[in-house]
Amino acid sequence: MVTSSQARAATPAVETQHYKAEVRNLNFYYGSFHSLKNISFKLEANKATALIGPSGCGKSTLLRCFNRLHDLYPGNRYEGSIVLLPDNVNILDRKVDPIEVRMRIGMVFQKPNPFPKSIFENVAYGLRVRGMNNKTELADRVEAALKGAALWEEVNHRLDDLAFNLSGGQQQRLCIARALATDPEILLFDEPTSALDPIATSSIEELIQDIKHKVTILIVTHNMQQAARVSDYTAYMYLGDLIEFGVTSELFVKPKDKRTEDYITGRFG
Amino acid sequence: MNTEKPSPPSARLDAAAIAELIRTGKRKELVFAILGVFCLAIAILTLTAAFLSLLLDGWSRIRPEFFVNFPSRRAAEAGILSAWVGSFMVLIVTMVAAVPLGVGAAIYLEEYGQKGGWIKDVIEINVTNLAGVPSIIYGLLALGLFVYYFKFGQSVLSAGLTLALLILPIVIVATREALRSVPVHIREAAYGVGATRWQMVSQHLVPYSAGGILTGIIIGLARAIGETAPVITIGALTFIAFLPPSPISTEPPFLNFDWLFSPFTVLPIQMFNWVSRPDSSFHASAAGAGLVLLAMCLAMNALAIYIRYQVRKKIKW
Repeated sequence: MVTSSQARAATPAVETQHYKAEVRNLNFYYGSFHSLKNISFKLEANKATALIGPSGCGKSTLLRCFNRLHDLYPGNRYEGSIVLLPDNVNILDRKVDPIEVRMRIGMVFQKPNPFPKSIFENVAYGLRVRGMNNKTELADRVEAALKGAALWEEVNHRLDDLAFNLSGGQQQRLCIARALATDPEILLFDEPTSALDPIATSSIEELIQDIKHKVTILIVTHNMQQAARVSDYTAYMYLGDLIEFGVTSELFVKPKDKRTEDYITGRFG
Repeated sequence: MNTEKPSPPSARLDAAAIAELIRTGKRKELVFAILGVFCLAIAILTLTAAFLSLLLDGWSRIRPEFFVNFPSRRAAEAGILSAWVGSFMVLIVTMVAAVPLGVGAAIYLEEYGQKGGWIKDVIEINVTNLAGVPSIIYGLLALGLFVYYFKFGQSVLSAGLTLALLILPIVIVATREALRSVPVHIREAAYGVGATRWQMVSQHLVPYSAGGILTGIIIGLARAIGETAPVITIGALTFIAFLPPSPISTEPPFLNFDWLFSPFTVLPIQMFNWVSRPDSSFHASAAGAGLVLLAMCLAMNALAIYIRYQVRKKIKW
């Protein structure tokens, strides 16, 4: 369980690794409902970490702690910390403005959610929020982000089209481009392919592999094959507890906890 | 109680029984449909009858002179120039006052007010109650507040502000509905890239719900244009043979606001005045003014429907 992952984190092989964030004793409450229970793990830089588990296990709740989206709704409370490395800031600290956190940590949502604006304006929005107005600089960055999201070839001739005219898979890649445009340190994916068909899904999965070298990835998925395909580390959660955390290939082949084994072999969930 | 019950007989029906059931069901459906059409017909026929009677009585007056003549002692020469100009000016004041107040209040209630906070609750209860206050009460309030306390007099400004108060609840409710129709995932998308609340509101919520907000404003204004009681209460004159001073002048500073403090009349009051005269030839003038008023209201409502349709076509969440 938690202790075993901490023990593994202390082995010499792991110490040479480079971490982007560390979750320490994180508890989260929706009103009086204790939704995340004492979660601790480390996020390795430029790797993909998957959060898996049955519905209601808290994986999306955990993800949304990383950019303080819970702050938007009343009655939510965090305890413990998520420390962003190397600057060693606890992003859950009340003194840290959630807007600063969201500027550093991007998010891609479950349902593609482009704005009803042009393709260009969608990608440029994060830059505009940062006060960037220079046309050529915006154009350069939008192009780079669209290339990064493997969408440039499909849309470069119609950047002024309404984003709603794109297909579902293209809209999701547009949302990835919007998040990439501002060079986030961590990119959060909340079941990014659950609203997409298999072809669009595989293009998003490829994309996640491609962008790992520049951004650390945390992805929630209810699809275990997807976790196995895209992630380097996997965390299995159940009823708000982090049951097991480990290297994806090991966790899926020989899980240490009985509950993880039951879940990944399809005995429940 | 754990003894085994005998299984019930099969619920399967033969074809004839099914056909009979469907027949009975459809008969009931037909009865309801006829009843529905009847109810609808009463409403529509009443409106059509009113419209036709106005048309028959008033159509003879709908000539260009009717719109450019002042009211007169002779019915044949009486026109609605001062009335429609007055209505128009009052409506401008109403719009300028009600739109920022109503939209601002709605944005506060939807986005800024603490959920469950007492300030929000108090405002919300007030807004709901305001919508049900009889319009003559607004007239009394305005008489005391705008006409005497603020000394705006019996002017275009007083009337416009009064009607603004009257339609404020309409604008607020429509704006809140429109804001609420923007899905949560669009808000989160904006917050997700680091937008502040104000950026989210001004760059996303308001533009995306502009169609709905505009529709609410127009419907509110259509209500305001036909209001009579509060405007009479604050003392609109019934016989005005001059126009308020022009807002645009040839000398610097080119704009003047004297028209705000000018006495005025509006279409429904003009109509009321003509109807109450014993000379029946004025009744035709009243019907003519009624037609113009009705046409303006219908045109505004049609515009609202058109805008809503255009917006729905463009943005599908």
